[in-house]
Amino acid sequence: MLSLGQDEIAKYPFLADAGQYLRDKGFSLEQFGSDPDLKQLIIKAYERIEVAANGQIYKSDLSEDQVLKQSALPREVFSFLLAIVLLKLSNAHTLIKRFALAEARRAEKYLERDLGNISDESKKQLAVKVINDLFSIQVEKIEDNFVIPISDYIKHSINFHEREWKLINRHVENGLVFLSSHETVRLIRKELGSYINLKINNSKTPSMIPGFEEYVEKLVSLSKKFSSVIVTTGEYPPCIKHAIEVLEKGENLPHSGRFMLATYLLSKGQTVEQIVPLFKNAPDYNERVTTYQLNHLAGTSGSSTKYSCPSCEKLRTQSLCFATSECENIISPLQFGKRRIS
Amino acid sequence: MNEKDIKFLENIFKKYYFEHFDLFQSQERTNQREFGYQKFNSGMSRHISLKDSKELRLMLIQNVPSDVYCSNAYYSFPSLPMNEKEWLEADLIFDIDAKDLDLPCREKHVVGICSQCNEISQNKQKCSKCSSTKIDKKSLPCQICIDSSKKEVSKLVEILVSDFAISRENIQIFFSGNEGFHVYVFNSQFQNLGSRERSELVDYIMFKGALPEKFGMKKFKPDRNSFPDFSEGGWRGRFSKFAYGSKSNRSKTISGFLSSGYSNFQNTLDEASNQIGVKIDPNVTMDIHRIFRLPGSINSKSGLVKNQCENLDKFQPYTDSCFHSDELVEIIANCPVEFKLKNKKFGPYNNQKISIPTFAAVYLVCKNLATVA
Ligand code: SF4
Ligand SMILES: [Zn+2]
Ligand SMILES: [Zn+2]
Repeated sequence: MLSLGQDEIAKYPFLADAGQYLRDKGFSLEQFGSDPDLKQLIIKAYERIEVAANGQIYKSDLSEDQVLKQSALPREVFSFLLAIVLLKLSNAHTLIKRFALAEARRAEKYLERDLGNISDESKKQLAVKVINDLFSIQVEKIEDNFVIPISDYIKHSINFHEREWKLINRHVENGLVFLSSHETVRLIRKELGSYINLKINNSKTPSMIPGFEEYVEKLVSLSKKFSSVIVTTGEYPPCIKHAIEVLEKGENLPHSGRFMLATYLLSKGQTVEQIVPLFKNAPDYNERVTTYQLNHLAGTSGSSTKYSCPSCEKLRTQSLCFATSECENIISPLQFGKRRIS
Repeated sequence: MNEKDIKFLENIFKKYYFEHFDLFQSQERTNQREFGYQKFNSGMSRHISLKDSKELRLMLIQNVPSDVYCSNAYYSFPSLPMNEKEWLEADLIFDIDAKDLDLPCREKHVVGICSQCNEISQNKQKCSKCSSTKIDKKSLPCQICIDSSKKEVSKLVEILVSDFAISRENIQIFFSGNEGFHVYVFNSQFQNLGSRERSELVDYIMFKGALPEKFGMKKFKPDRNSFPDFSEGGWRGRFSKFAYGSKSNRSKTISGFLSSGYSNFQNTLDEASNQIGVKIDPNVTMDIHRIFRLPGSINSKSGLVKNQCENLDKFQPYTDSCFHSDELVEIIANCPVEFKLKNKKFGPYNNQKISIPTFAAVYLVCKNLATVA
């Protein structure tokens, strides 16, 4: 992990080890719930989530004024760490996602500023290191440009739909892509969001802390505003329904989920042409590629190996199973809905 | 294909496998590749793993395949079913085929074989004898086909070297054995890219998806200074050479662009894509699980060998890739167009019994335009 100064932790709080940070500062979570002064920070944390939920970027108190800064920095970090505690306690997934995204946007601004910093080499080095460590992109500065290897560039740029991100619309020379500091940081926006999201999801949920309840409840009701009810009909098994819903929402379905969905529908006799449109909403949709991949699975392209739908057991290990009572006694999603002979 | 013709070709292929095994390139890291082969009139055997060139030789001699293939991908377990192979990485491959170049000469040297009654004619839409529309097309590529494909190969190599910084030692060019060329790129930064990423490289090489803004034409308040310079590198430079023609034409051409506007400029870019984009087969480059004809093997569509072109300019496939003997054989040939092999002209033949050198007989039998007498 990177070694971070106070200043950096405030800008990139997701890089810090939360427990360690609190211990270093000599605080416990309980104190935040009971001490009236510290409780202000829970309110700040709640606001930080609320702002994110509304799709805005949290305006920090960070300023260039040194005196103000000294006291603002820890508050800034605490409000982030407490926000995570609140989110974990309320278990509101939609809020976590929105929060992660907004925090990513916020960090993006700092990264961009640090990257473009000409007077302070160490700030620039940190930004370069963050990008390299978290997303394994080698950034180098050549005159006024930031250059990265073409292969690193493509791995990230394919997540964008806008034509300007296509390699053809970039300055390419000598195996490298030339970018501005803004574009460099923009390139990792999605991954930064997923990184923060993952970090929150992987952190332990503490047990309820006295003094936190009120805000946790407020979050639970806030989260209701954002989750929509989806009705799915037809006799698809729950795992398949879930995958379709994820795609319909335009969210990212992991590779294993796409594999399951495609092989399931192919086994049910759907054609590649019928299945391709399902993936239209996926954030990384590309018709040519999707068709290629489906043909590959269907065994109609070069390899001529036909892939079969994974078993329920396999899907359980991949966290793709959402079994209901109707799933009883079946070992493959393909058996779902077939009446058993009693 | 009838038994007699198969026997004839098998004997010749076998002889080639014995005498020219040195031409085979079993590819680096042979044991991580997937191999496959086909025999005459039968299906594909794949998911084969070979330890070294000795095993390859054994496979050739035991099976006398009509075609031999090898993956561009490297796997942990090449002989397991596809989803258990564990894909590691893949060389970057390009396929340039004369049939994709829209060449006017093609009309003249494509013959149609009716799938219903076997009638052979230059009529490619409908059989003149039984009116069936199921026509199998066979092309006997001409010099124009070869020269045009070579031009595309040179364009491709130029981009690989100057834009992608691939060193020439890591680029190998092969005649495909039929109508085009295969270009292999080894040890590049692209080895571990998946098919989505490779599709981006394809669009780049084909000059597809270019935005007017990035090539100088802004939508609002267009400005002469943002157009590329004649000496620029990359696609901006290539585009300016295409659009201006000469350095001194720059100013005049830009004035023209500015007066005809944004959407016309987009048309110019599309036109440029057709003219200066490299005409590679996108599906081949994107495919990271495919098996490709093995360098050194015979292409059963023609009997010619897929061999390496050390010097592309001088390379003449219809001489340099033709390895069969001059010994005369008798065949019944039905080939309405003429062709050239080893600098000799052959045909046209109208269902006649002839005595011709083995290499030419192989070519015709492989194309289904002759049978052994
Ligand atoms: S039990 Fe099987 S069919 Fe049911 S949700 Fe899980 S994986 Fe799908
Ligand atoms: Zn016919
Ligand atoms: Zn031709």
